[in-house]
Amino acid sequence: MKIVALCGVGIGTSAILKVNAERALARLDIEADVTATDVAGVKSVGFDAQVILTSSELVEAIGKTNADIVVIDNYFDVDELVAKLETALG
Amino acid sequence: MPLPPLPTDAIAIGVHVDDWRGAVAAAGDALERSGSTSPEYTKRMIGVIDEFGAYVVIAPGLALAHARPGPDVHTEGLSVVTLAEPVAFGHPHNDPVSVVLGLAVTSGDEHVLLVAELANVFNDPHVIPALAAATDVDSIRSLLGVTAPPEEQQ
Repeated sequence: MKIVALCGVGIGTSAILKVNAERALARLDIEADVTATDVAGVKSVGFDAQVILTSSELVEAIGKTNADIVVIDNYFDVDELVAKLETALG
Repeated sequence: MPLPPLPTDAIAIGVHVDDWRGAVAAAGDALERSGSTSPEYTKRMIGVIDEFGAYVVIAPGLALAHARPGPDVHTEGLSVVTLAEPVAFGHPHNDPVSVVLGLAVTSGDEHVLLVAELANVFNDPHVIPALAAATDVDSIRSLLGVTAPPEEQQ
């Protein structure tokens, strides 16, 4: 399974989202590959992703996708990531 | 792996700013003072928010200002700015912001450990309000679990 963590420039915030998404997936005992990317790369990196994690601010920039877009409010709240990933993947 | 030492020049406490641009500029100024970046990087951090919106406000009260690596980044760096009065960045959930981190990296790969450690620190929800309330650089360092650089230690 593939999950994409998206931010504007592909470093910094998306890397934090990736780290904490991996912690949430470990807690859920789900195996998935989490890739950090930027808005410019989400079309190519995200085409086969099941879930795109991002901020509400960037949802419009994603455009058309088959992936579930999951908006994360607090990137440091692993409980929020666990709950939202469980819903999206369950 | 702990975060790298945080120079006093990279910390600014109780800064007065008018708006989010001033807040990001203060984080950029601190990166410049500590020798990590040149002024062009500060402009690029503001440009990221102009282009993509307030997504850099990644938790309640906290903005992680950053831009891509570039020639205006001399060394990897982190700065910490607390605001005297919180300002709105335009984020639907996490405004207003009282703590701004400035992050500068020289390549996309090298910062992963640094960012993982930042995530460790901020997984504790008490850290952001405690940083916002801190009144001296030692408290800031202690909350982040970092030391002063060797040249600043007695």
